[in-house]
Amino acid sequence: MSGKSETTGKERYKSGVIPYKKMGYWDEDYVPKDTDVIALFRITPQAGVPADEAAAAVAGESSTATWTVVWTDRLTACDMYRAKAFRVDPVPNTGEGTKIEAQYFAYIAYDSDLFEPGSIANLTASIIGNVFGMKAVKALRLEDMRMPVSYLKTFQGPATGVVVERERLDKFGRPLLGATTKPKLGLSGRNYGRVVYEALKGGLDFVKDDENINSQAFMHWRDRFLYVMEAVNRASAATGEVKGHYLNVTAGTMDEMIERAEFAKSLGSVIIMIDLVIGYTAIQSMAKWCRNNDMILHLHRAGNSTYSRQKNHGMNFRVICKWMRMAGVDHIHAGTVVGKLEGDPLMIKGFYDTLLETHTPVSLEHGFFFEQDWASLNKVMPVASGGIHAGQMHQLIHHLGEDVVLQFGGGTIGHPEGIQQGAIANRVALEVMIQARNEGRDYLAEGPEILQKAAKWCSPLKSALDTWKDITFNYESTDTPDFIPTATTSN
Amino acid sequence: MMTNPGNKITQGQFSFLPELTDDQITLQIKYALKNNWAVNIEYTDDPHPRSTYWEMYGMPMFDLKDPAGILMEVNECRKTFPNYYIRVTAFDSTRGWETPRMSYIVNRPKEEPGFRLIREEREGRSMGYSIVSYASDKPEGERYG
Repeated sequence: MSGKSETTGKERYKSGVIPYKKMGYWDEDYVPKDTDVIALFRITPQAGVPADEAAAAVAGESSTATWTVVWTDRLTACDMYRAKAFRVDPVPNTGEGTKIEAQYFAYIAYDSDLFEPGSIANLTASIIGNVFGMKAVKALRLEDMRMPVSYLKTFQGPATGVVVERERLDKFGRPLLGATTKPKLGLSGRNYGRVVYEALKGGLDFVKDDENINSQAFMHWRDRFLYVMEAVNRASAATGEVKGHYLNVTAGTMDEMIERAEFAKSLGSVIIMIDLVIGYTAIQSMAKWCRNNDMILHLHRAGNSTYSRQKNHGMNFRVICKWMRMAGVDHIHAGTVVGKLEGDPLMIKGFYDTLLETHTPVSLEHGFFFEQDWASLNKVMPVASGGIHAGQMHQLIHHLGEDVVLQFGGGTIGHPEGIQQGAIANRVALEVMIQARNEGRDYLAEGPEILQKAAKWCSPLKSALDTWKDITFNYESTDTPDFIPTATTSN
Repeated sequence: MMTNPGNKITQGQFSFLPELTDDQITLQIKYALKNNWAVNIEYTDDPHPRSTYWEMYGMPMFDLKDPAGILMEVNECRKTFPNYYIRVTAFDSTRGWETPRMSYIVNRPKEEPGFRLIREEREGRSMGYSIVSYASDKPEGERYG
C-alpha cells in the first residue's frame, strides 16, 4: 500500500479546498534524497487537527501550497516542488497523561531546487516564512535541519574559521580569553580605550564592544575605533602577543557598516563585530567582505532569545548556529552552561558541536535528528559570555572544551584590585587548568584545589576566588532535551 | 624592561605560569603523543608577535614516540641556544585541523627588552602602528647577548 494520500488527476484539481494531505504534501513512504533539505518541526496541532494533516499543512505552506486548489500547479513538475512530510512522531512526555498538550516531531523533505544557492534569506523565506502563523497549528518550532552537502557547497562558510584564526593570532591549545567593556553605555572613547588597554595588557586576548555600542552621543564610532586601536597596539607591544578588540560595525545601513569595517581595517584591527539583528543578508555580505579583507567576523546573537528560548514555538538555537556557519561568521555566542544566561548542558554541547565538528551523527539527546556532513565549511569559534568567572574554570573547560572564547566581562573589570589584575587572574586560572588537563589529572574534581594552589603564588587570582567564590546562577533551563540518554546493556 | 605581568613575552600556552620544569614539559609532551600529534622544537631571536617562522630545530618528530627522547631534544636545543626563545609545538594532521594544537615556550633569553610601538600619524586622527623588537636592531645571532 502506498503511503501517499494524494488525490490525483481531475479530482485533485477541482476548484475548492481539500486537506493538505490530499494535495500531495504527505507521503510516509518517501525516502529523502541525499540532496534534499530536511527540516524537523515540533508541531502542536489545533484541537481536532490530526498530526499528519498538521505536518502536511506545514510542508505545504513552507513550499508550494496556498489555501485552495490552483490549476496552475499543472503547468509545473509540481510533485517535485511540493515539500513532503514523511514522518510524524509523538514528542516524549507530551499529550495524554502529561501536563503538556500533545506535540509531534514532523520530518519534512524539500527538493534543493526550491532554494537559491548561497542565500540564507531565500532558504528561511521558505522554511520559516509564512508557516509559523498558520491557524492549523497552535504552535510550531523548527528544531533541526539536515543540509545536503551539495547545498552547503553553495555557501562560503566562515570567513576565517577556527584553524586560521588561531594561526593568525598565534594562540593554540587553550581557550581564548575575552571581556566585554563595561559599562555598556556612557563611556567616552578615551575612557573606553582605557578598559581595553588594561584588560589586554593584563593577559586577555580580546576585548569586545557590546551589542548596543554603535555610534551614540556619548561616543561616536570613529572615536571609539581610534582609541581602541591605540589600546590594542600598546598592549600588543607590551606583551609581545597579537591582541584584538571586536569593533562593532553594526549600523543603520549596509553602506555605513562597510565604511566602519574599512576604517577598522585601515587601523589594523584583526577582528570586527556585527549583531544578529542586522539580518541574514547583511551578515552574509559582511562575511564576504571579511574573507576579502583578512578579517575575523564576530557575531553577537542579539535578539535570538525572542524566538529561540521557548520550547513550543519559534526555532531552536542550533538551527541558528547552522545558518550562521553557512552564512559565514567566525564567532557566535553559544552559551556558557554555568553562567547567567539560559543553557542546558546537553543543548549547549549540541550548539558547540554544530559549530565545530566536520561531521555530526544523529544524537537525540543533543537535539541532532539528522546526520550532518559539514562539507569542509570552516569551523566557527563559540563564545561563552555572561556571568562567568575564574573560579569556574574547571567547569568551563569541562563543558566547553578548548575551542571557545571565554568572556569574563564583570569577572575582569569587576576585580577588586583593578582590570589588569582581573585579567591576570583569568589567564592564570586558564593556563593552570589546561596544564592540569593535559597532565591527565581529574581536573573537574580537583579544580577548586588546583585554583587555590595557584592562588598561593598569584594574589590577583586569590582575590578573584574570594570575591566570586559562591556566585552561581542555578535556574531551570527552559530549552531542555526531549530525549535523555539511558544506559544500555549488551543483553 | 617589559612592564606587563611577569615582565616577559606571553606568547604560548603557559607563559603566565612559573617556568615549566623538565617533568612538567614531559607531561605536556605525553599529552601530544597521546593525541598522535608530532612534536616540533623551534627557536628564534625574532619574537615579534607576527614572526611566524621560528627556526626549526630539526624536523617535526613524526616517528619519535618516547617522551624522554623528545625531552632530550628540547634540552639539546636549550644547550645550543641558551639565549633564544624556544617553543615546543605539536602538529595535528587530522582532516579539519592540519595545524598546530599546542605551542608553549620552554626557554627565554635572560633579559627580555620587549617591543617599541611606532606611531605613524596619518590623515585626520588616524594612526598607523608598527611594533618593533628592541633587540632586533642588532643582526640575527647577536640580539640577546
